[in-house]
Parts: sequence; C-alpha cells; structure tokens
Amino acid sequence: MSHLVFLVPLFPLLGFLINGLGRNQLSKTSIGAIGTGAILLSFLVSVRLFMQVLNGGGGVDTLFYLFKTSDISVPFAFQVDALSALFLLIITGIGTLIHLYSTAYMHEESAPHFARYFAYLNLFVFSMLLLVLGSGFVIMFIGWEGVGLCSYLLIGYWFKNNNYNYAARKAFVMNRIGDLGFLLAIFWIISKLGTTEYAQVFEGVSKLSTSDITAITLLLFVGAMGKSAQIPLYTWLPDAMAGPTPVSALIHAATMVTAGIYMIARTNLLYTMAPFTQCVVAITGLATALFAATIALRQNDIKKVLAYSTVSQLGYMFLGLGVGAYTGAVFHVMTHAFFKALLFLGAGSVIHAMHHEQDIRKMGGLHKRLPHTHLTFLLGCLAIAGIPPLSGFFSKDEILAAALQASPIYYVLGLAGALMTAFYMFRLYTLTFLGEARFQEDAHHPVHESPWQMTVPLWILGILSVVGGWIGFPEWILPDAHRLESLLAPIFAGSTALATEHAHLTHAQEWMITGGATLAIVLVIFLAIRSSLRKQISSTPSTGLAGILENKWYVDEIYDNAIVKPLQSFADLLKNVIEKSGIDGLVNGVGKLVQYGSRQIRLVQSGQVGNYLLIMVLSMVVFFLVWFNDSTLMKLLHNIF
Amino acid sequence: MIPVLLILIPLITGIVSFAFSAADMAKKIALVSSIATLGVAVWSVCCPPASALRFDEAWLPVMGARFTLEMDGMSKMLCLLTGISFPVIFLAIFRQETKSPAAFYGWMLLSQAGLLGVFLAADALLFYFFWELALIPVYFLCSIWGGERRIAVTFKFFIYTFLGSLLMLTGIIYLSYHTPGGSFALSAIYKAALSESQRNGLFWLFFIAFAIKMPIFPLHTWQPDAYEESPTAVTMVMSGIMVKMGLYAVVRWLLPLYPQSAIRFADVIIAFSVVGMLYASFIAMQQNNLKRLIAYSSIAHIGLMSAALFTAQPSAYQGVMVQMFSHGINVIGLWIIADAIEKQLGTRLLSEMGGLAQKAPTLAILLVIMGLANVALPLTNSFIGEFMMFNGLFRYNMVWAAVAGISIILAAVYTLRMIQKVLYGTVSPVTETATDIAATTKWALFIGVVLIIAGGIYPQPLIDLTNDTVQALITKH
Amino acid sequence: MPINYYIFFCLTLFSIGIVGVLTRRNAIIIFMCIELMLNAVNLLLVAFSKLHHGAALAAAPESTAGADGQIFVFFIMVVAAAEVSVGLAIIVMMYRNIHSVDINFLNRLKN
Repeated sequence: MSHLVFLVPLFPLLGFLINGLGRNQLSKTSIGAIGTGAILLSFLVSVRLFMQVLNGGGGVDTLFYLFKTSDISVPFAFQVDALSALFLLIITGIGTLIHLYSTAYMHEESAPHFARYFAYLNLFVFSMLLLVLGSGFVIMFIGWEGVGLCSYLLIGYWFKNNNYNYAARKAFVMNRIGDLGFLLAIFWIISKLGTTEYAQVFEGVSKLSTSDITAITLLLFVGAMGKSAQIPLYTWLPDAMAGPTPVSALIHAATMVTAGIYMIARTNLLYTMAPFTQCVVAITGLATALFAATIALRQNDIKKVLAYSTVSQLGYMFLGLGVGAYTGAVFHVMTHAFFKALLFLGAGSVIHAMHHEQDIRKMGGLHKRLPHTHLTFLLGCLAIAGIPPLSGFFSKDEILAAALQASPIYYVLGLAGALMTAFYMFRLYTLTFLGEARFQEDAHHPVHESPWQMTVPLWILGILSVVGGWIGFPEWILPDAHRLESLLAPIFAGSTALATEHAHLTHAQEWMITGGATLAIVLVIFLAIRSSLRKQISSTPSTGLAGILENKWYVDEIYDNAIVKPLQSFADLLKNVIEKSGIDGLVNGVGKLVQYGSRQIRLVQSGQVGNYLLIMVLSMVVFFLVWFNDSTLMKLLHNIF
Repeated sequence: MIPVLLILIPLITGIVSFAFSAADMAKKIALVSSIATLGVAVWSVCCPPASALRFDEAWLPVMGARFTLEMDGMSKMLCLLTGISFPVIFLAIFRQETKSPAAFYGWMLLSQAGLLGVFLAADALLFYFFWELALIPVYFLCSIWGGERRIAVTFKFFIYTFLGSLLMLTGIIYLSYHTPGGSFALSAIYKAALSESQRNGLFWLFFIAFAIKMPIFPLHTWQPDAYEESPTAVTMVMSGIMVKMGLYAVVRWLLPLYPQSAIRFADVIIAFSVVGMLYASFIAMQQNNLKRLIAYSSIAHIGLMSAALFTAQPSAYQGVMVQMFSHGINVIGLWIIADAIEKQLGTRLLSEMGGLAQKAPTLAILLVIMGLANVALPLTNSFIGEFMMFNGLFRYNMVWAAVAGISIILAAVYTLRMIQKVLYGTVSPVTETATDIAATTKWALFIGVVLIIAGGIYPQPLIDLTNDTVQALITKH
Repeated sequence: MPINYYIFFCLTLFSIGIVGVLTRRNAIIIFMCIELMLNAVNLLLVAFSKLHHGAALAAAPESTAGADGQIFVFFIMVVAAAEVSVGLAIIVMMYRNIHSVDINFLNRLKN
C-alpha cells in the first residue's frame, strides 16, 4: 500500500507545532492559513487513501516500535481500511470546514490566543486521526487520551472564567474514568493474548472464553461511555459548551464523541461474541437517547439543546451497535457529523450575529437577518428530525429497522426518542428564527449575516446533510444501492457470519412503518412550531416536570452530592485526621515518647552531691551482691561473724 | 574507571567548592562539574569496554569489605538520571541568590557523589557507606538553607531515615557472618546460606530501610514535611533521585537476595503500596499547599513503582526501570516550576493564586506539560512506564490493578485542580506583579520537556539499556 | 586478737564514714568522714598485713610476704594528705565565695 498514511496525522501535528511555537511571531492571517491548510492537506491525502481502499488497497504500515520488551511489543503502526478511511474523510473533511469557519469566528482574539486556538484545534484533529488510524489498542488509546486532553484545553480555552475551567476539568476527569475501563480492557487482552494489534486479537479471539470476552467488551464499553457521553458519564458533554462554538462542532461532529462508536465498530467481532454486552450497549444507548431527549425539550441555551441532542443521537448509535447494526451506526456517525456540524456552526453564526447571546428566549425573527444561516439551519433540523430524503432519515431508519428486528420495545422507545428529537429541534428553530424579534438591537453593532468564511462551510454542510444519506439506500427503496454497506462489509464480515439471521420484514411492511413514522414526525414538527410560536416566553423558572427537565433531572446536583462531596469529605478526613493525627501523630508520638522519657530520666541527675553518693553506694552494694553471688557472700559473712 | 570518575568528580569539586567564597565561582564550579559528570555518565551508556565499568580495590581488609563498584543497565540509567538532574537543577537556580553559596554548592556536589556511589556500589558495606554519605549533605542542606520549620523537620527526616539505615546495617552485618569467608561482596551475599526464617527476617530489615526511603505508606510522613521545608534545589534532589535509592536498592539488594520472601510477602507489600497510592492521591486532592501537593503526588507515583516491583512480572520490572527515569525528570520539572511560582508570588497556597497564565504564558505552558506528564498522558514519558507497570500488576492480580487504576483518575483530578488554581481564573492580588520565568530556568525546563516528549514517543533506548538488569532479575526469581 | 575484731571494727568505722558522707551537708564533716573511711581501710590493710606477715615469718624468717600491705598504707596516707590540702583549699575558696560550706550550694553547675 501507499506509504502516504503517515502524512495524514503529520500535517495537523506540524500545524500544531508551527502555530504553537510561533504564536508570538505569526500574523492572524498566516495562523489561520496554516491551521486550515494543515487539515486541508491531510484531507487531500485522506481522499487519496480512500480511493485506494475503494480499489482494494489498504493495510498496516508500521512506522516504528513504541516499545518492545521480552513479553510485549507495541508497534506504532497505522491501519488503513474501509472503516478508518471513512472516518479519516469525516474527520479531516469536516475538520477543514470548521477550521475555515473558525478563522472568522475567532477573529476578535489577539494573535497569540488565536494561534493557541488553532494549535489546539490541530492537535485535536491529530489525536483523533491517531485514534482512528492506529492498528492496535495502544495507539487508539494514545489518540483516545489525546482527544480528551484537547477537549480539556479547548473547553477551558477562555481560561479567565473559572466556570469554564470547571467544565474543562469535568470533561477530562469523566473521560479518565472511561479511560480506566479502556486501559483495563487492554491489559486483559494483553494478559490473555499477549498482543494489542487488532489483526492478531481478532485472529486469537477463539482462544478467549465467553466470560473473558464479556469482561473485555464491558470494560471497553466503559471507555466508550466516557468518550461518547453515555449514561452515566454524559454530563461533561453539555458542559463542554463552555468552549468556543466551532470547538463544540468539532467535538460533536468530527472528533471525540464518535470515538466510542468507532471503537465498538472496530472491535465488532468481540461484541458480537458477547451477547450480554450487546444487550448492555443497546439498553444504555436507548436510555441515553430518551433521557437526553427529554432534557433537550426544555433547554433554553441554543448550544445546550444541540449538546443534549448529540447525547441523544449518540444513544441511537449505541442502540444500533447493540443490536448489531454496525453499518447503521457508522452510517449515522457520518450523517450526524454532517448535520450536527452544520447545526453547531449555524448556532455559532447566530451567536456571532447576536454578540454572544445564547439564550433562545432572547432571539426570534432572525430568518430575515440571517438568510444563509436560517436556510442551512433549517436543512440541519430537517435532517436530524429524519425527514426523507435528507441524510438523517436513512441512517436513523436503518438503526430503527434493526432495533425493530431485535425487539419491538427498542423500536417503540427509539421512535419516541425520534419524535422528541423532532420536537425540540423545531422548538429551537422556531424560537430562534421565526416569530417576533425579542432582542434589543444595538445601533452600533447591528445583527448581521456572517462573513463568507462562515457561510461557505454552512452551505457545504447543508448540501452534505441533504445528500449524505444517499450512499445508503435501504434494500426496500432501491435494491443493492447501499454502497456504504458493501464498502464496510469486510470490516463487519466476522460479525455478519456469527450474527443470527432475523426474519426480514417485507418491503410493504417497511414502507408502512417508515411512512407512519415519518408522518408522525411531520405532525410533531408542526406541533412544535405552533406551540413555540404561541407560547408566552417568560424567564421565570418552570415548575413541576418542566422544572425538573429544565434542571436536567438534577443529575449534576445528584453527582455532586452523592459522589463528589463525599469523596472530598473523605479526602479531608484523610488529610486532616488520619494523616495528621493518625500516622504522623504516631511517628511524632514515638519521638515525643523518647523526649519525655529523657526528660524524666534527666531528673536523676539532680545536682545534689548527696544523691550521687547515695546512688554510688547503693550501686556498689548491688554490685557486690551480684558479683559475689549469695553463697560466696554468705560464706564470707559467716567467716567474719 | 568510569565508576570511580563518576564518584570522584563531584567529590573533589565539592570539597574544592567549599574553598571559594565568591558566589559566582562556586556556581560555575558546580555547573561545570555536574556537566563533566553527565559526560562520564553518557560515556558509560555508549558501550565502553566492559572492564571500564568495574572497579575493585581492597578497602577494609580486616572486615572483608572491598571497594567494589560495578555498573549494569540500571546503574547506568540511574547515573544518567543523576547526571542529567544536577546540571538541570543548577541551571534552574542559576539566577537565584543563596546565602554562603560555597558551602551550598559544596554540599550539593557531595550529595551527588553519595548518590552516585549508592548506584554503583557492589559491596554491602560500601553500599551502606554511600547510603549514609548521600544523607548527610542533604541533612546539612535542609537544616541550614531550609524554611521556617527546618530544624524540626530535618531532624525528623534524619532520624526516620537513619532508623531505617541502622536496621539495614544490622542486616548487612548479620548477612556477612553467613557468607562464605565473611565477605560483604554482592556476589558473595547472593550465595549466603540462610534458613527460611533468617531470610524472612533479613528481608524485613532491608525492606523497612528501603520503604522509608521510597517512601511507601505508612512510612511516608517525613516526606511532605521535608519536601516543603527544604530549599527547592534539595527537594529536587530528594524527590528526583534520592527516592530512587529505595527502589534501586529493592532491585539490587532485596529481590535477588530473598526471592522467596519477596514472593511470600508480595501481597502485603502490594496492598500497602496500592492503598498508599490512593491515600496519597486523596490527600493531594484536597491539598492547598502547592509543594505538599506535589509531594503527595510523588508518593502516589512511587507507590505504583513499589507495587510493580513485587509483582515478579518482566513487564512490570521494565516499567519500573523506565518510570524511575521518567519520574525523576518529571518531578524535578514540577519542582522547578513550583519554585519559580513561589519565588514570584511569595506564597505556596493555591487559594491565593490564580490567573498566572495571563502574566507568565511560558511558565503556564511548561506547567501544563509537566502536569500532563504527571498524569501519565500518552506520548509523555510516564505513560510508557505506568502502562507497563499496570500491565504487570494486572497480570499479578487484576483486582489490585483496578484499585490502583483509580489513582490515575485521581491524578487527573488533583493535577488539573492545581493547574487551574495556579494558572487560570482571574488574576489574584499576589499574581498581579508576576512576570515570566528567567531564561536559565526556561532552558532547564526545556531540557525536561524534550526528555518527556522523547521518552514518551521513543522509550526503546531506555528499555534496551536496562534490559540486562530485568533479565537478571527474572532469572533470579 | 583474732582478725575478726579488726574487720568488724573497720567495717563499723567505714560505715560511720559512709553514713556521715551521705547524711551531712557540711563539707568539712564530709571531708572528715572520707578520712574516716580511708583510715578504716588503712587499719584493715595493716591488720591483714600483720596477719600474713606473721604467718610467713613463722615459715621462713627472711620472708617479706605481706609487707606490701603496710607500704600501701603509706601511699594512701600520702595521697590522702595531698587530697586534704587540695580539698581544704577548695573548701576555703568556697567559704570565701559563698560564706558557707554547705555542699548543696554546689549544685550550681547544673543547668
């Protein structure tokens, strides 16, 4: 295969180094050009690699050994196949657009901070590329932690605000909890198979017992939970909104959160062999999808709504993975990347225009002022709601169809989630763009459409959100037109061979079910628009269920009180009581005891000559008594007296 | 030849340095001497003839002790670490004023001589001799140049470690009576004929001495105090190199001598180490004092190393070797920054800091990198070591590995908390007048960063260097 | 006279000396008690010397065995005299300084 693959992560790395080291020298134009150009170059290489994969190319390319010891060796190797090539395209493609968009969005920043921003962004893409390209679990883990780090750096980008810093820390720590699971899974694999390379692991999979596989997959899933924001480790993602909006787009669309999906898709063979884990994955995914959707219903921050919608959509992807629809999940990653990047960038455009106002209660009527943003945002909403023939429809339909085959309950709940998605997205859309304007316009800074660097990416993503689903027509619409499935078939071949064949629905049934679902979604959309237009907007907090939803089911508070605070008190106890009075007290106690003892014994030396003499005489008597043991002494005394 | 040079250069320059009262002269002598030592250490790594790595002379013939120095992979690695550390430390404090610099730098160099001796000695009595020789200069350095509570703290530190040393000395003497010919030589000690209960007793005599030095829970309480009160340059020596003496001694003088005892007591020691990791991490989490925070974080990291040493897994041994080096570099880097921060702000309380990133961007970047190395992020040097050690621990017992793994979450918590409190947020009153770090300090840290990244991407030279020690250890077990 | 009488007498003298040293605080009396103890020892030495020498003379007329005891006595007396002169000088100095010869005033070296 071509040895170009190392170039893909190299360009972003170089971009990171140049921008990072030259942050005080470079001008903003050149910083933007370097940052964007680096990703664009690796996109071009990725396209070439993808073409090679289409023509049957691909393979593993070892650069060097990360470490090699007597019992384990870890090569630093890149693997190019259909799955990684597809992810490369998504990451670098959408990454390029987001970089371009950022050059305009972040123009208010001073040059060193602008450079810092682009350096982080490039590093983020670099880490994600490592994650995807790695030919084994360790390289994946390097990227895995790398994206965690970059999310930390970017969420806390505006570091003067301590709330943002807390959000950044939360993201990193939650990710670390997941990472521990991942790490333990790697150790488990090493201890059983002695390797971390995918190829060898999948070959040796027959040597593993079912309990091993279940444990490994569950631990890996813990990692995925952290990275892909699933219950119970999802709370960092909505808080991650503290970062600049393009960063959210990057996190939600191109990098980071899709890592969990990628990892399970990559190790699909293991998951297929562990039905229990699959069940856990599906249920977790479904629960997250529903839970996050309910929260999104009542959020008023434009980015928060989108964030919860991401959590919810990720839940769908995990549902897909859990029911064995690996292609469907990857498909949804792709379409979701398009429309979620679009929505976030659109939201960014709105925020930019509104001078950093994010509360949708203070927006409205923006469709005239921001025509490009409005149109593309609408496309994104339609896509995520699942209106045919936009991209979201195809991928979501594929997942739901697979869920229906696994269990009707999955399907019903999944559909309920989809309806909620449609509702909150159009609530968001209506409150933002339709109706009366609810903001005071500043005469000096009128609300204006964004510059071309921002609208061009919007339109590109808008078009992709429309047509992106057309590479995966389901069987019942157009036979043999699911090009993605045939592309990814080699990756999922092992699982397909193992999977139990479900009874397929007839095409007529499919038409009916999908048609009914679509109809319901359209109805919900109208309902959402109508209710949002009519409703009086008040800023007083809601009560009852709505209040609970507005407060996100109080999950953050529960975590805080049930986990964080007790741990802190425990740590305080250790620090102030156990350490100080306990262990150190014991150590110092020994010292004090010696000191006290010496002080007491010191008193024997009173300075009174008489005492010394007395002691001397007594000691002599004792000496004589001991030296001449009693019989001798007795004899002596007897002789005398 | 090489071992003698390694000890003599700092020893002689150290004594010479006492004679110069001019501050600049002592500084320059120290810097030149430490760079010369580094040169010799590098030479020892670059495959010199085997004869150059050994030195053997009669020392105390009456007692059967010889002046035997030997270098294997681990010795080379630790000499290299010592060799790198001292110039970096001298560079970092180059612009600082110390009172009576001649004596200060003299003691520093003498402690270097002692440390190098510990890593080189192949005779038990000589080992003990250097073990104490390394301690004495540090005692003077702390008690003369230390902080407010220096007398009490140094006394505690000295007595604590000295207690351990005496236990070891008892063990050494007892051992020499049981060697063929009453020798103290390492090779003879390996052959000592002992019953099982004798071995177990000796194991504990030695282990407690080493455990105090490392230190592992619950023998650690001298350390945070000593680290806090010592002058930072000395703290760097203590945490970067002196704690490695304990780990080194376990590998050289404990595991090969009493392998059965090591296996028998492995569970106890690993339990203490792992509990200590979590314990120290929890305390670090709520620590308001920057220096104590770093001290507890170091205790947590050492806990993992001592646990890994008793797993009897090759990958864990290898991980310890890599990590000894990495931890030395990282912790010295952290101390340099902590020192710079304290000198700038005049406080070491996190609650008073904030917003330093706006005033000192270079310092901020360096602190973040050091912090990330401290949490063992991949592509920093400590990831490699911790990965291998956890891997070994997992093979030994997966429950312990999982419990110990919690510490990597806690490490993220306390390190990021520290970074946030120091660097981010609004500018606090003490930060108001802060400026960026001095150029020499910057260079010292730059060397550290290069080593951190290089060690994280291509640690293989380090692994190859120490491979012979690991192999020897495995065959002994 | 049997040797027992001498021993008994010396023991008594010696004990009086000890008790005197232990109980009295006047430096001069203590001094005298020390002399008493020394002389008790001297007397004993002479008594034993006489005993042994007498026995040795009976066996061989030229024998000097046992005479060393009496020589010791001379040494002790000389040393005691020297000691008395130094000791009395100290006591005199002490009296000049503190107008007392109470030894419990001498605990000033403490602290």
